[in-house]
Amino acid sequence: MATKNIMIVGVGGQGSLLASKLLGRLLVDEGYDVKVSEVHGMSQRGGSVVTYVRFGEKVYSPIIDEGEADFIVSFEKIEAARYIKDLKKGGTVIVNTQQIDPMPVIIGNAVYPDKVLDEMKDKGVNVDAIDALSLASEAGSAKACNIVLMGRLAKYFDIPYDKWETAIAKIVKPAFIEINKKAFDLGYNN
Amino acid sequence: MKELLIGNAALARGLYEAGCSVISSYPGTPSTEITEEFAKFNDVYCEWAPNEKVAAESAFGASLQGKRAACCMKHVGLNVAADPLFTMSYTGVNAGLVICVADDPGMHSSQNEQDSRHYAAAAKVPMLEPADSQEALDFAKIAFDISEKFDTPVFIKMCTRVAHSQSIVEKGERTEVCKEYVKNPRKYIMAPANAIARHPFVEERTAKLTEYAETSPVNRVEAGSGSYDFGIITSSTSYQYVKEVFGDSVTVLKLGMVNPLPVKLIKDFAAKVGKVYVIEELDPVIENFCKTIGVDVIGKDKFSILGEFSQKTIANAFGMEEKENVTLETDIPVRPPMMCAGCPHRGMYYVLAKNKITVLGDIGCYTLGSMPPLNALDMTLCMGASVSGIHGFNKAGGSETEGKTVCVIGDSTFMHSGVTGLINIAYNQSNSTVIILDNSITGMTGHQQNPTTGYNIKGDPAGKVDLEALCRSVGIRSVRVVDPYNLEECEKVVKEELAKNEPSVIISRRPCVLLKYVKPKKPLRVNPEKCRGCKRCMKFGCPAISFRDGHAVIDNTLCIGCGVCAGLCPFDAFESEGE
Repeated sequence: MATKNIMIVGVGGQGSLLASKLLGRLLVDEGYDVKVSEVHGMSQRGGSVVTYVRFGEKVYSPIIDEGEADFIVSFEKIEAARYIKDLKKGGTVIVNTQQIDPMPVIIGNAVYPDKVLDEMKDKGVNVDAIDALSLASEAGSAKACNIVLMGRLAKYFDIPYDKWETAIAKIVKPAFIEINKKAFDLGYNN
Repeated sequence: MKELLIGNAALARGLYEAGCSVISSYPGTPSTEITEEFAKFNDVYCEWAPNEKVAAESAFGASLQGKRAACCMKHVGLNVAADPLFTMSYTGVNAGLVICVADDPGMHSSQNEQDSRHYAAAAKVPMLEPADSQEALDFAKIAFDISEKFDTPVFIKMCTRVAHSQSIVEKGERTEVCKEYVKNPRKYIMAPANAIARHPFVEERTAKLTEYAETSPVNRVEAGSGSYDFGIITSSTSYQYVKEVFGDSVTVLKLGMVNPLPVKLIKDFAAKVGKVYVIEELDPVIENFCKTIGVDVIGKDKFSILGEFSQKTIANAFGMEEKENVTLETDIPVRPPMMCAGCPHRGMYYVLAKNKITVLGDIGCYTLGSMPPLNALDMTLCMGASVSGIHGFNKAGGSETEGKTVCVIGDSTFMHSGVTGLINIAYNQSNSTVIILDNSITGMTGHQQNPTTGYNIKGDPAGKVDLEALCRSVGIRSVRVVDPYNLEECEKVVKEELAKNEPSVIISRRPCVLLKYVKPKKPLRVNPEKCRGCKRCMKFGCPAISFRDGHAVIDNTLCIGCGVCAGLCPFDAFESEGE
């Protein structure tokens, strides 16, 4: 198979690390060659962050470049738009509708572009918008947003549901398995 | 079992399996996790040193005693460790000694884009350069073998994309290695007579290492299946981009050892493939070497000396078709990193900005004080430069700058190399005010302990430097401690210390809000009846406060209830929950 490319984008501190850990664990268990790449440090302090997940028979580059992503999973509404140039033609954007104002908006130097999801749809992008924050809260923790989004992503894959659940159990602390399984379910079934 | 590991964790695993028993390092992105991961193994010794020079010398001491040892640092850290490095090249080692250095092309988290390979050439120390996690693990073992066989420290050079990319590795077992310590003054006392005698050894060693590079499996030719009229010499992450674009179709010389470089291997490769492209990030190190040995290659004429590469860099250079994508008309506002909601640094910066004080800054999270709306910084150079810099600034400026200038430096950075600058201030008496932003942790690199925190790398109780006593002991008579959440007190103390005609230190002390023991309070909320939309709170630059429909609003997922904003509001619009 051709290498599949998933980008996870969001705001530093939103928990993309756990999402990529889940994908990594699952895809290795499924027998794929996998590369996961992210940048630590300065960019994590509330800045825009991106994680690349690539899997297939043999993966070379750790990063995803313009026009290559099959999926962009965005933890925040406009972060999907920031990386849209990396989406493959016909690719899918899974986006949490949560709005987090960047500093230029906070201090009044810029306006939060409210209509970017509509613009994406107009340009032929498959936009799958989801209120992951509310669903995560419903599952029992606002922090489980990341797993809600993974649940939604799972709908697009042929990997059986129970394999995802097994991977979740492997990567989260025992006390949080149930919350995360519920969050995954809410993402998958809403 | 196959496992997905970041390059740094794989390297730590490789060092461990190779029998490395001691690691001493100073944190720095993208190198930090090598040491953090090594600290998780049992029966080895691992520490955070105050700086990279201390770390390198500590590791050298361990090697001298007879244990395999390593130290890890980011590229700019190697500048600090350069002094022992150049002479360790002369002494050589007893047990193996490995220096892991991580470059940051693209400057994701760094102040410059220097290329560490120059250090390997300049210090005449071999350098291995892995291209993924498995190689990082394997090269660690090879590095120790080279170190002992050739009697030399050995570099392992990482870069951001190798250090922080996860790929699959197979783990192995640990082998214990121990050497006897034998006194050998002519090898280990680098006074002139001995050093003169050692220099020829270093040159002979480089010749032998070059021989090794010719046939070592770390350098390999991958014959391409296509019919290109060129071949590619590459290494590190650039190799991955080349393979991503060409697959197995082009002939590649993949270099795993970038110092010394093989002469015959390169000449033979060039003779076989015809035209040669050298694809390497940052400086033309391999390219220039090829040209020196008379091999004509194309390098920086086609591939930038700036920033990171990607598969697109390679595809574009070879004129391949761009991939179809989507672009939007809407401008997306930038989202730069910023100080967290509740960050203790913000209060001090607010006071400094409000009073229009010139601020010489340093390296750490607090560099973010330079961002709008605070715009509080005038200079950031390197670790410790704020303290040394303000001394020179005030000596040059005299009464023009004294009383209007401060420097700010974090607790860890002060331990790293700020204290020597403070000694200069005390010794040569400049009328300078040094503010230590003590958040009780090394913040930006992801919470490492340091000599002021009282805990070691494993989180166990350790020695603790008393900052107040240290500053007093070097000769600073005026040492004050303030809470940066108390803006009034901060402003008063800053003004008082600036007015004094002597050196002074202000310790702005409050732990980083991301530390687990710092328990957030309930978020504040804005009473829209009271908020008049004056936007004074917006000057504070807290990410939890934004302005919507004529009023300030608080994002309760970000606010940690520090309450500093409440003191800024002239209309008492910020309320604690339950009020």
